[in-house]
Amino acid sequence: MSVERVLIAVALVLGVLLGYLVARSRLRGRRSERPQAIHQILLPFTGTEISRRALDAALRLARAEGATLMPAYLAAVPKRLPLDCSIPAEAAKAMPMLEAIEQRAASQDVSVDARIERGRSYRHALERLLSHECFDRVVVPATPEAGAGFSGDDLVWLLEKAPAEVLILRPGPEDRFLVSANRGDGYGSE
Amino acid sequence: MAGRLKVFIGMAAGVGKTYRMLQEGHAEQEAGRDVAIGYMEPHKRPETSALAEGLETIQRRRLVYRSTELEEMDLPALLARAPELALIDELAHTNAPGAEHEKRCEDVRDVLAAGIDVFSTVNVQHLESLNDQVAELTGTRVRETIPDAVLGEADEVVLIDLTPEALIERLRAGKVYPGENVEAALGNFFTVENLLALREVALRQVAQEVEAKRLVVEAPLGTRTERVAAEVPKAVGERLLALVRPQPSSQRLVRRAWRSSQRLGAPLDLLWVKPPGEAIEGEVERQVTALRHLASVLGATFLIEESDNLVDGAARVARERGTTYIMVGESLPRRGLARLREPLPLRLIASTPPGVDVRIVARRGPREENGE
Repeated sequence: MSVERVLIAVALVLGVLLGYLVARSRLRGRRSERPQAIHQILLPFTGTEISRRALDAALRLARAEGATLMPAYLAAVPKRLPLDCSIPAEAAKAMPMLEAIEQRAASQDVSVDARIERGRSYRHALERLLSHECFDRVVVPATPEAGAGFSGDDLVWLLEKAPAEVLILRPGPEDRFLVSANRGDGYGSE
Repeated sequence: MAGRLKVFIGMAAGVGKTYRMLQEGHAEQEAGRDVAIGYMEPHKRPETSALAEGLETIQRRRLVYRSTELEEMDLPALLARAPELALIDELAHTNAPGAEHEKRCEDVRDVLAAGIDVFSTVNVQHLESLNDQVAELTGTRVRETIPDAVLGEADEVVLIDLTPEALIERLRAGKVYPGENVEAALGNFFTVENLLALREVALRQVAQEVEAKRLVVEAPLGTRTERVAAEVPKAVGERLLALVRPQPSSQRLVRRAWRSSQRLGAPLDLLWVKPPGEAIEGEVERQVTALRHLASVLGATFLIEESDNLVDGAARVARERGTTYIMVGESLPRRGLARLREPLPLRLIASTPPGVDVRIVARRGPREENGE
Protein backbone atom coordinates (compact mmCIF):
# COMPACT_ATOMS: atom_id res chain seq x y z
CA MET A 1 0.00 0.00 0.00
CA SER A 2 1.44 3.33 -1.05
CA VAL A 3 1.88 6.27 1.25
CA GLU A 4 -0.71 8.25 -0.75
CA ARG A 5 -3.37 5.63 -0.14
CA VAL A 6 -2.64 5.61 3.58
CA LEU A 7 -2.90 9.39 3.70
CA ILE A 8 -6.15 9.30 1.73
CA ALA A 9 -7.58 6.69 4.10
CA VAL A 10 -6.52 8.72 7.15
CA ALA A 11 -8.04 11.88 5.62
CA LEU A 12 -11.29 10.03 4.89
CA VAL A 13 -11.50 8.67 8.43
CA LEU A 14 -10.77 12.10 9.90
CA GLY A 15 -13.35 13.71 7.61
CA VAL A 16 -16.03 11.21 8.58
CA LEU A 17 -15.16 11.63 12.27
CA LEU A 18 -15.25 15.41 12.06
CA GLY A 19 -18.54 15.34 10.17
CA TYR A 20 -20.02 13.06 12.80
CA LEU A 21 -18.89 15.33 15.63
CA VAL A 22 -20.24 18.47 13.93
CA ALA A 23 -23.56 16.76 13.14
CA ARG A 24 -23.88 15.48 16.70
CA SER A 25 -23.19 18.87 18.22
CA ARG A 26 -25.75 20.57 15.92
CA LEU A 27 -28.34 17.92 16.69
CA ARG A 28 -27.72 18.43 20.41
CA GLY A 29 -28.15 22.17 19.99
CA ARG A 30 -31.43 21.69 18.16
CA ARG A 31 -32.66 19.30 20.82
CA SER A 32 -31.96 21.78 23.59
CA GLU A 33 -33.74 24.53 21.63
CA ARG A 34 -36.75 22.38 20.87
CA PRO A 35 -39.67 23.27 23.13
CA GLN A 36 -40.83 20.44 25.32
CA ALA A 37 -44.16 18.90 24.46
CA ILE A 38 -46.74 19.95 27.01
CA HIS A 39 -47.10 16.94 29.17
CA GLN A 40 -47.82 18.10 32.63
CA ILE A 41 -49.27 16.96 35.89
CA LEU A 42 -50.82 19.65 38.01
CA LEU A 43 -50.61 19.38 41.78
CA PRO A 44 -52.60 22.25 43.28
CA PHE A 45 -52.35 22.84 47.01
CA THR A 46 -53.19 25.42 49.62
CA GLY A 47 -51.65 26.35 52.95
CA THR A 48 -48.40 25.01 54.32
CA GLU A 49 -49.11 21.29 54.28
CA ILE A 50 -49.56 18.81 51.50
CA SER A 51 -50.57 15.20 51.56
CA ARG A 52 -47.51 13.03 51.11
CA ARG A 53 -49.62 10.42 49.37
CA ALA A 54 -50.76 12.96 46.79
CA LEU A 55 -47.26 14.27 46.23
CA ASP A 56 -45.79 10.79 45.88
CA ALA A 57 -48.56 9.76 43.50
CA ALA A 58 -47.99 12.83 41.36
CA LEU A 59 -44.24 12.19 41.32
CA ARG A 60 -44.71 8.50 40.44
CA LEU A 61 -46.97 9.41 37.55
CA ALA A 62 -44.67 12.15 36.34
CA ARG A 63 -41.68 9.85 36.44
CA ALA A 64 -43.44 6.99 34.70
CA GLU A 65 -44.76 9.25 31.95
CA GLY A 66 -41.76 11.52 31.62
CA ALA A 67 -44.05 14.39 32.49
CA THR A 68 -43.31 17.67 34.24
CA LEU A 69 -44.82 18.17 37.66
CA MET A 70 -46.47 21.53 38.15
CA PRO A 71 -47.03 22.16 41.84
CA ALA A 72 -49.31 25.18 42.14
CA TYR A 73 -49.78 27.13 45.34
CA LEU A 74 -53.23 28.69 45.37
CA ALA A 75 -53.55 31.96 47.23
CA ALA A 76 -56.86 33.57 48.15
CA VAL A 77 -56.59 37.35 47.83
CA PRO A 78 -59.00 39.25 50.12
CA LYS A 79 -61.60 41.34 48.30
CA ARG A 80 -60.27 44.57 49.76
CA LEU A 81 -57.05 44.05 47.77
CA PRO A 82 -56.71 44.14 43.98
CA LEU A 83 -56.55 40.66 42.50
CA ASP A 84 -53.26 41.39 40.79
CA CYS A 85 -51.53 42.87 43.82
CA SER A 86 -48.30 41.41 45.09
CA ILE A 87 -48.78 38.97 47.96
CA PRO A 88 -45.47 38.70 49.79
CA ALA A 89 -46.93 37.08 52.91
CA GLU A 90 -48.58 34.33 50.82
CA ALA A 91 -45.43 33.97 48.73
CA ALA A 92 -43.44 33.50 51.93
CA LYS A 93 -45.70 30.54 52.76
CA ALA A 94 -45.50 29.12 49.25
CA MET A 95 -41.73 29.29 48.80
CA PRO A 96 -40.66 26.65 51.37
CA MET A 97 -43.39 24.34 50.07
CA LEU A 98 -42.30 24.70 46.47
CA GLU A 99 -38.67 24.29 47.50
CA ALA A 100 -39.48 21.09 49.39
CA ILE A 101 -41.51 19.67 46.50
CA GLU A 102 -38.74 20.52 44.05
CA GLN A 103 -36.17 18.88 46.30
CA ARG A 104 -38.23 15.70 46.48
CA ALA A 105 -38.87 15.76 42.74
CA ALA A 106 -35.17 16.24 41.98
CA SER A 107 -34.33 13.16 44.03
CA GLN A 108 -36.67 11.19 41.74
CA ASP A 109 -35.45 12.81 38.51
CA VAL A 110 -38.73 14.56 37.87
CA SER A 111 -38.67 18.03 36.39
CA VAL A 112 -40.73 20.71 38.07
CA ASP A 113 -42.34 23.88 36.77
CA ALA A 114 -43.96 25.59 39.76
CA ARG A 115 -46.65 28.25 39.91
CA ILE A 116 -48.28 30.55 42.46
CA GLU A 117 -51.80 31.51 41.41
CA ARG A 118 -54.03 34.20 42.91
CA GLY A 119 -57.80 34.18 43.11
CA ARG A 120 -60.63 35.43 45.28
CA SER A 121 -60.97 31.88 46.59
CA TYR A 122 -58.99 28.67 46.11
CA ARG A 123 -61.47 27.59 43.48
CA HIS A 124 -61.17 30.90 41.67
CA ALA A 125 -57.37 30.61 41.72
CA LEU A 126 -57.64 27.09 40.31
CA GLU A 127 -60.04 28.32 37.64
CA ARG A 128 -57.58 31.02 36.60
CA LEU A 129 -54.78 28.49 36.47
CA LEU A 130 -56.81 26.10 34.35
CA SER A 131 -57.63 28.93 31.96
CA HIS A 132 -54.04 29.61 30.96
CA GLU A 133 -52.15 26.37 31.54
CA CYS A 134 -52.58 22.96 29.91
CA PHE A 135 -52.43 19.69 31.82
CA ASP A 136 -52.84 16.05 31.12
CA ARG A 137 -53.58 15.20 34.69
CA VAL A 138 -54.58 16.92 37.90
CA VAL A 139 -53.72 15.29 41.21
CA VAL A 140 -55.66 16.78 44.09
CA PRO A 141 -54.89 16.11 47.71
CA ALA A 142 -58.24 16.09 49.49
CA THR A 143 -58.16 17.23 53.09
CA PRO A 144 -59.94 15.62 56.02
CA GLU A 145 -60.25 18.98 57.78
CA ALA A 146 -63.35 21.01 57.06
CA GLY A 147 -62.54 24.54 55.95
CA ALA A 148 -58.97 23.72 54.92
CA GLY A 149 -57.86 23.16 51.34
CA PHE A 150 -60.43 22.03 48.79
CA SER A 151 -64.02 21.49 49.81
CA GLY A 152 -66.17 18.69 48.45
CA ASP A 153 -67.85 21.24 46.19
CA ASP A 154 -64.48 22.37 44.87
CA LEU A 155 -63.59 18.81 43.97
CA VAL A 156 -66.91 18.21 42.20
CA TRP A 157 -66.37 21.47 40.34
CA LEU A 158 -62.87 20.36 39.36
CA LEU A 159 -64.16 17.03 38.05
CA GLU A 160 -66.66 18.88 35.89
CA LYS A 161 -64.45 21.69 34.65
CA ALA A 162 -60.88 20.43 34.39
CA PRO A 163 -60.06 19.45 30.81
CA ALA A 164 -57.84 16.65 32.08
CA GLU A 165 -57.89 13.44 34.03
CA VAL A 166 -58.47 14.23 37.71
CA LEU A 167 -57.14 12.06 40.53
CA ILE A 168 -58.49 12.89 43.95
CA LEU A 169 -56.46 11.25 46.67
CA ARG A 170 -57.80 10.61 50.09
CA PRO A 171 -55.20 11.53 52.71
CA GLY A 172 -54.36 9.05 55.44
CA PRO A 173 -54.05 10.20 59.03
CA GLU A 174 -50.29 9.63 59.15
CA ASP A 175 -49.16 10.53 55.69
CA ARG A 176 -48.78 14.29 55.79
CA PHE A 177 -45.79 15.96 54.30
CA LEU A 178 -45.25 18.89 56.60
CA VAL A 179 -43.43 22.04 55.74
CA SER A 180 -43.21 24.95 58.10
CA ALA A 181 -43.51 28.29 56.33
CA ASN A 182 -41.79 29.91 59.29
CA ARG A 183 -38.54 28.01 59.12
CA GLY A 184 -37.24 30.30 56.44
CA ASP A 185 -34.53 27.91 55.27
CA GLY A 186 -36.59 26.73 52.37
CA TYR A 187 -36.48 23.05 53.16
CA GLY A 188 -39.36 20.92 54.18
CA SER A 189 -39.46 18.36 56.90
CA GLU A 190 -41.22 15.08 56.95
CA MET B 1 -35.50 80.27 49.89
CA ALA B 2 -37.74 77.24 50.37
CA GLY B 3 -38.61 76.13 53.88
CA ARG B 4 -37.35 72.92 55.45
CA LEU B 5 -39.59 69.90 55.97
CA LYS B 6 -39.34 67.64 59.01
CA VAL B 7 -41.59 64.59 59.09
CA PHE B 8 -42.43 62.54 62.19
CA ILE B 9 -43.24 59.02 61.03
CA GLY B 10 -44.72 56.19 63.07
CA MET B 11 -45.97 52.64 62.71
CA ALA B 12 -49.57 53.47 63.70
CA ALA B 13 -51.87 55.99 65.31
CA GLY B 14 -51.12 56.62 68.96
CA VAL B 15 -47.34 56.28 68.99
CA GLY B 16 -46.97 59.99 69.79
CA LYS B 17 -46.15 61.70 66.49
CA THR B 18 -48.40 64.72 67.00
CA TYR B 19 -47.29 64.98 70.62
CA ARG B 20 -43.63 65.02 69.63
CA MET B 21 -44.33 67.53 66.85
CA LEU B 22 -45.96 69.86 69.37
CA GLN B 23 -43.10 69.38 71.86
CA GLU B 24 -40.60 70.37 69.22
CA GLY B 25 -42.83 73.28 68.18
CA HIS B 26 -42.71 74.57 71.75
CA ALA B 27 -38.94 74.15 71.85
CA GLU B 28 -38.60 76.17 68.64
CA GLN B 29 -40.90 78.88 70.02
CA GLU B 30 -38.90 79.05 73.23
CA ALA B 31 -35.78 79.42 71.11
CA GLY B 32 -37.33 82.58 69.69
CA ARG B 33 -38.89 81.39 66.46
CA ASP B 34 -42.34 82.36 65.23
CA VAL B 35 -44.37 79.14 65.34
CA ALA B 36 -48.01 78.51 64.40
CA ILE B 37 -50.16 75.43 64.16
CA GLY B 38 -51.46 75.20 60.60
CA TYR B 39 -53.54 72.13 61.34
CA MET B 40 -53.65 69.73 64.24
CA GLU B 41 -55.81 66.67 64.76
CA PRO B 42 -56.04 66.03 68.53
CA HIS B 43 -58.18 62.86 68.05
CA LYS B 44 -59.92 63.71 71.33
CA ARG B 45 -56.67 63.11 73.20
CA PRO B 46 -56.62 65.49 76.17
CA GLU B 47 -52.82 65.36 76.61
CA THR B 48 -52.29 66.35 72.98
CA SER B 49 -54.83 69.16 73.15
CA ALA B 50 -53.21 70.45 76.34
CA LEU B 51 -49.81 70.51 74.67
CA ALA B 52 -51.17 72.66 71.84
CA GLU B 53 -51.93 75.43 74.31
CA GLY B 54 -49.41 78.22 74.14
CA LEU B 55 -48.95 77.80 70.40
CA GLU B 56 -50.87 80.02 68.03
CA THR B 57 -53.40 78.07 65.98
CA ILE B 58 -54.55 79.22 62.54
CA GLN B 59 -58.32 78.78 62.52
CA ARG B 60 -59.57 75.98 60.31
CA ARG B 61 -61.88 76.90 57.49
CA ARG B 62 -65.18 75.23 56.77
CA LEU B 63 -65.97 73.76 53.38
CA VAL B 64 -69.40 72.45 52.49
CA TYR B 65 -69.50 69.27 50.44
CA ARG B 66 -72.83 67.54 49.68
CA SER B 67 -74.54 69.42 52.48
CA THR B 68 -71.90 68.36 54.97
CA GLU B 69 -69.64 70.91 56.59
CA LEU B 70 -66.02 69.81 56.66
CA GLU B 71 -63.08 71.45 58.41
CA GLU B 72 -59.79 71.81 56.59
CA MET B 73 -56.51 73.64 57.01
CA ASP B 74 -56.83 77.24 55.86
CA LEU B 75 -53.93 77.40 53.43
CA PRO B 76 -54.46 81.02 52.30
CA ALA B 77 -54.66 82.15 55.95
CA LEU B 78 -51.49 80.26 56.82
CA LEU B 79 -49.62 81.73 53.86
CA ALA B 80 -50.87 85.21 54.78
CA ARG B 81 -49.81 84.76 58.42
CA ALA B 82 -46.41 83.46 57.23
CA PRO B 83 -44.89 82.14 60.46
CA GLU B 84 -41.29 80.92 60.44
CA LEU B 85 -42.45 77.41 61.32
CA ALA B 86 -45.84 75.80 60.68
CA LEU B 87 -46.98 72.60 62.39
CA ILE B 88 -49.20 70.66 59.99
CA ASP B 89 -50.55 67.32 61.17
CA GLU B 90 -51.47 64.33 58.95
CA LEU B 91 -49.45 64.83 55.82
CA ALA B 92 -51.35 62.10 53.92
CA HIS B 93 -54.77 63.69 54.47
CA THR B 94 -57.06 64.11 51.46
CA ASN B 95 -58.68 67.56 51.41
CA ALA B 96 -62.38 68.11 50.92
CA PRO B 97 -63.42 69.19 47.42
CA GLY B 98 -63.16 72.95 47.13
CA ALA B 99 -59.74 73.23 48.75
CA GLU B 100 -56.77 74.48 46.74
CA HIS B 101 -55.28 71.02 46.42
CA GLU B 102 -56.51 67.47 46.56
CA LYS B 103 -53.90 66.39 49.12
CA ARG B 104 -52.49 68.06 52.18
CA CYS B 105 -48.95 67.17 51.10
CA GLU B 106 -49.54 69.53 48.14
CA ASP B 107 -50.58 72.28 50.57
CA VAL B 108 -47.33 71.62 52.43
CA ARG B 109 -45.39 72.09 49.19
CA ASP B 110 -46.97 75.55 48.82
CA VAL B 111 -46.09 76.39 52.42
CA LEU B 112 -42.49 75.29 51.91
CA ALA B 113 -42.30 77.23 48.64
CA ALA B 114 -43.32 80.32 50.60
CA GLY B 115 -40.18 79.90 52.70
CA ILE B 116 -41.99 78.57 55.77
CA ASP B 117 -40.50 75.58 57.59
CA VAL B 118 -42.94 72.73 58.23
CA PHE B 119 -43.16 69.97 60.82
CA SER B 120 -45.62 67.24 59.82
CA THR B 121 -46.67 63.68 60.70
CA VAL B 122 -47.46 60.50 58.79
CA ASN B 123 -48.01 56.82 59.45
CA VAL B 124 -45.95 54.30 57.52
CA GLN B 125 -48.97 52.64 55.87
CA HIS B 126 -49.76 55.90 54.10
CA LEU B 127 -46.67 55.64 51.93
CA GLU B 128 -47.76 54.60 48.45
CA SER B 129 -45.09 51.93 47.92
CA LEU B 130 -45.84 50.29 51.26
CA ASN B 131 -49.61 50.43 51.02
CA ASP B 132 -50.05 46.97 49.46
CA GLN B 133 -47.51 45.38 51.77
CA VAL B 134 -49.06 46.84 54.89
CA ALA B 135 -52.57 45.97 53.72
CA GLU B 136 -51.55 42.38 53.29
CA LEU B 137 -49.72 42.23 56.61
CA THR B 138 -52.49 43.80 58.64
CA GLY B 139 -55.63 43.14 56.59
CA THR B 140 -56.41 46.86 56.67
CA ARG B 141 -55.95 49.15 53.70
CA VAL B 142 -55.79 52.90 54.12
CA ARG B 143 -57.13 55.00 51.28
CA GLU B 144 -55.13 58.12 51.95
CA THR B 145 -51.65 57.70 50.56
CA ILE B 146 -48.79 59.97 49.64
CA PRO B 147 -46.08 59.41 47.04
CA ASP B 148 -42.84 58.17 48.60
CA ALA B 149 -41.13 61.14 46.97
CA VAL B 150 -42.77 63.42 49.53
CA LEU B 151 -40.88 61.65 52.29
CA GLY B 152 -37.77 61.56 50.12
CA GLU B 153 -37.91 65.36 49.80
CA ALA B 154 -38.06 65.84 53.59
CA ASP B 155 -34.96 67.38 55.10
CA GLU B 156 -35.42 65.32 58.25
CA VAL B 157 -37.38 62.16 58.97
CA VAL B 158 -37.83 61.27 62.62
CA LEU B 159 -39.14 57.84 63.61
CA ILE B 160 -41.43 57.89 66.63
CA ASP B 161 -40.99 54.37 67.90
CA LEU B 162 -42.90 52.49 70.54
CA THR B 163 -43.02 48.77 71.27
CA PRO B 164 -46.30 47.07 70.32
CA GLU B 165 -46.89 46.19 73.95
CA ALA B 166 -46.46 49.82 75.05
CA LEU B 167 -48.82 51.02 72.31
CA ILE B 168 -51.46 48.48 73.29
CA GLU B 169 -51.02 49.60 76.90
CA ARG B 170 -51.63 53.21 75.82
CA LEU B 171 -54.67 52.07 73.89
CA ARG B 172 -56.10 50.20 76.88
CA ALA B 173 -55.51 53.26 79.04
CA GLY B 174 -57.73 55.25 76.65
CA LYS B 175 -54.85 57.49 75.54
CA VAL B 176 -55.34 56.75 71.84
CA TYR B 177 -59.07 56.37 71.21
CA PRO B 178 -62.13 57.08 73.35
CA GLY B 179 -63.15 54.17 75.59
CA GLU B 180 -65.97 52.86 73.39
CA ASN B 181 -63.60 52.30 70.46
CA VAL B 182 -60.81 50.57 72.35
CA GLU B 183 -62.09 46.99 72.22
CA ALA B 184 -62.87 47.22 68.50
CA ALA B 185 -59.39 48.59 67.80
CA LEU B 186 -57.74 45.84 69.89
CA GLY B 187 -59.71 43.17 68.05
CA ASN B 188 -58.93 44.49 64.58
CA PHE B 189 -55.89 46.53 63.81
CA PHE B 190 -54.01 46.84 67.09
CA THR B 191 -52.84 43.26 67.50
CA VAL B 192 -49.28 42.50 68.57
CA GLU B 193 -48.68 40.70 65.23
CA ASN B 194 -49.89 43.66 63.17
CA LEU B 195 -47.93 46.14 65.19
CA LEU B 196 -44.75 44.05 65.06
CA ALA B 197 -45.02 43.88 61.27
CA LEU B 198 -45.74 47.62 61.00
CA ARG B 199 -42.90 48.46 63.33
CA GLU B 200 -40.50 46.46 61.17
CA VAL B 201 -41.76 48.24 58.04
CA ALA B 202 -41.37 51.65 59.71
CA LEU B 203 -37.86 50.88 60.96
CA ARG B 204 -36.80 49.66 57.52
CA GLN B 205 -38.31 52.71 55.84
CA VAL B 206 -36.46 55.14 58.06
CA ALA B 207 -33.23 53.15 57.74
CA GLN B 208 -33.60 53.44 53.97
CA GLU B 209 -34.16 57.19 54.21
CA VAL B 210 -31.07 57.55 56.38
CA GLU B 211 -29.00 55.50 53.97
CA ALA B 212 -30.30 57.46 50.98
CA LYS B 213 -29.11 60.68 52.58
CA ARG B 214 -25.79 59.16 53.61
CA LEU B 215 -25.15 58.01 50.06
CA VAL B 216 -25.31 61.44 48.47
CA VAL B 217 -22.24 61.06 46.36
CA GLU B 218 -19.13 63.00 46.07
CA ALA B 219 -17.59 60.85 43.32
CA PRO B 220 -14.17 61.82 42.08
CA LEU B 221 -14.13 61.35 38.32
CA GLY B 222 -10.51 60.43 37.73
CA THR B 223 -10.31 56.82 36.57
CA ARG B 224 -12.64 54.95 34.23
CA THR B 225 -13.94 52.93 37.16
CA GLU B 226 -14.83 56.11 38.97
CA ARG B 227 -16.58 57.52 35.93
CA VAL B 228 -18.60 54.29 35.59
CA ALA B 229 -19.49 54.54 39.28
CA ALA B 230 -20.67 58.11 38.82
CA GLU B 231 -23.08 57.06 36.06
CA VAL B 232 -24.90 54.69 38.37
CA PRO B 233 -28.04 55.95 40.05
CA LYS B 234 -27.19 56.38 43.70
CA ALA B 235 -28.18 53.30 45.62
CA VAL B 236 -30.86 53.48 48.23
CA GLY B 237 -29.99 50.39 50.23
CA GLU B 238 -29.62 47.20 48.22
CA ARG B 239 -31.20 46.35 44.87
CA LEU B 240 -31.14 42.83 43.50
CA LEU B 241 -31.06 41.68 39.89
CA ALA B 242 -31.69 38.02 39.05
CA LEU B 243 -30.64 36.89 35.56
CA VAL B 244 -33.30 34.47 34.38
CA ARG B 245 -34.09 32.51 31.25
CA PRO B 246 -37.52 31.39 30.12
CA GLN B 247 -37.04 27.96 31.66
CA PRO B 248 -38.63 26.27 34.67
CA SER B 249 -35.20 26.06 36.34
CA SER B 250 -35.18 29.86 36.64
CA GLN B 251 -37.93 29.67 39.22
CA ARG B 252 -35.56 28.38 41.86
CA LEU B 253 -33.24 31.27 41.16
CA VAL B 254 -36.19 33.66 41.48
CA ARG B 255 -37.21 32.08 44.78
CA ARG B 256 -33.68 32.43 46.17
CA ALA B 257 -33.38 35.99 44.91
CA TRP B 258 -36.75 36.94 46.37
CA ARG B 259 -35.86 35.54 49.77
CA SER B 260 -32.61 37.50 49.76
CA SER B 261 -34.49 40.63 48.72
CA GLN B 262 -36.94 40.12 51.58
CA ARG B 263 -34.14 39.75 54.10
CA LEU B 264 -32.45 42.88 52.80
CA GLY B 265 -35.69 44.80 52.37
CA ALA B 266 -34.51 45.45 48.81
CA PRO B 267 -36.38 45.69 45.50
CA LEU B 268 -35.93 42.78 43.11
CA ASP B 269 -35.60 42.92 39.32
CA LEU B 270 -35.76 39.83 37.12
CA LEU B 271 -33.92 40.16 33.83
CA TRP B 272 -33.93 38.01 30.74
CA VAL B 273 -31.28 39.06 28.23
CA LYS B 274 -32.99 37.97 25.03
CA PRO B 275 -30.87 37.19 22.01
CA PRO B 276 -31.89 39.48 19.13
CA GLY B 277 -34.36 37.82 16.81
CA GLU B 278 -35.41 35.13 19.27
CA ALA B 279 -39.15 34.86 18.94
CA ILE B 280 -41.28 34.82 22.08
CA GLU B 281 -43.62 32.02 21.11
CA GLY B 282 -44.56 28.49 22.08
CA GLU B 283 -42.79 27.19 25.18
CA VAL B 284 -40.67 30.35 25.47
CA GLU B 285 -43.81 32.48 25.55
CA ARG B 286 -45.35 30.23 28.20
CA GLN B 287 -42.28 30.50 30.40
CA VAL B 288 -42.02 34.26 29.91
CA THR B 289 -45.67 34.57 30.95
CA ALA B 290 -44.97 32.39 34.00
CA LEU B 291 -42.00 34.55 35.00
CA ARG B 292 -43.98 37.74 34.51
CA HIS B 293 -46.77 36.29 36.62
CA LEU B 294 -44.36 35.20 39.36
CA ALA B 295 -42.79 38.66 39.38
CA SER B 296 -46.23 40.19 39.86
CA VAL B 297 -47.01 37.83 42.76
CA LEU B 298 -43.71 38.66 44.43
CA GLY B 299 -43.82 42.39 43.78
CA ALA B 300 -40.70 42.14 41.60
CA THR B 301 -40.11 43.76 38.21
CA PHE B 302 -39.63 41.57 35.15
CA LEU B 303 -37.44 43.06 32.45
CA ILE B 304 -36.49 41.84 28.98
CA GLU B 305 -33.33 43.35 27.50
CA GLU B 306 -32.42 42.49 23.92
CA SER B 307 -28.71 41.89 23.47
CA ASP B 308 -26.51 39.30 21.83
CA ASN B 309 -24.17 39.50 24.80
CA LEU B 310 -25.53 38.43 28.17
CA VAL B 311 -22.86 40.25 30.16
CA ASP B 312 -23.25 43.56 28.28
CA GLY B 313 -27.04 43.43 28.57
CA ALA B 314 -26.94 42.61 32.27
CA ALA B 315 -24.30 45.25 33.02
CA ARG B 316 -26.33 47.89 31.18
CA VAL B 317 -29.46 47.10 33.19
CA ALA B 318 -27.48 46.90 36.44
CA ARG B 319 -26.13 50.40 35.82
CA GLU B 320 -29.54 51.80 34.90
CA ARG B 321 -31.32 50.25 37.88
CA GLY B 322 -28.66 50.92 40.50
CA THR B 323 -28.24 47.20 41.19
CA THR B 324 -26.00 46.24 44.09
CA TYR B 325 -26.37 42.46 43.89
CA ILE B 326 -26.64 40.16 40.86
CA MET B 327 -27.80 36.56 41.16
CA VAL B 328 -27.12 34.10 38.36
CA GLY B 329 -27.95 30.45 37.80
CA GLU B 330 -25.27 27.84 37.59
CA SER B 331 -23.74 27.50 34.11
CA LEU B 332 -23.19 24.29 32.24
CA PRO B 333 -19.68 22.86 32.28
CA ARG B 334 -18.02 24.61 29.35
CA ARG B 335 -16.82 22.67 26.36
CA GLY B 336 -14.44 23.37 23.53
CA LEU B 337 -13.41 26.97 22.91
CA ALA B 338 -15.85 28.18 25.57
CA ARG B 339 -13.35 26.89 28.15
CA LEU B 340 -11.02 29.71 27.20
CA ARG B 341 -13.55 32.35 28.25
CA GLU B 342 -13.73 33.66 31.78
CA PRO B 343 -16.67 32.29 33.77
CA LEU B 344 -19.86 34.38 33.69
CA PRO B 345 -19.64 35.70 37.27
CA LEU B 346 -16.12 37.04 36.67
CA ARG B 347 -17.19 38.71 33.43
CA LEU B 348 -20.15 40.26 35.23
CA ILE B 349 -17.94 41.58 38.01
CA ALA B 350 -15.59 43.09 35.44
CA SER B 351 -18.40 44.79 33.50
CA THR B 352 -20.63 46.07 36.28
CA PRO B 353 -19.90 49.11 38.45
CA PRO B 354 -17.59 48.62 41.42
CA GLY B 355 -19.30 47.26 44.52
CA VAL B 356 -21.81 45.06 42.71
CA ASP B 357 -21.74 41.55 44.19
CA VAL B 358 -22.45 38.46 42.10
CA ARG B 359 -23.88 35.27 43.58
CA ILE B 360 -24.32 31.91 41.86
CA VAL B 361 -27.40 29.86 42.68
CA ALA B 362 -26.90 26.13 42.13
CA ARG B 363 -29.44 24.15 40.18
CA ARG B 364 -31.24 21.34 41.91
CA GLY B 365 -32.57 19.43 38.94
CA PRO B 366 -30.81 17.30 36.32
CA ARG B 367 -27.91 19.25 34.79
CA GLU B 368 -29.13 19.48 31.25
CA GLU B 369 -30.29 23.04 30.78
CA ASN B 370 -27.93 25.75 29.78
CA GLY B 371 -27.49 28.14 32.63
CA GLU B 372 -25.77 30.88 30.68
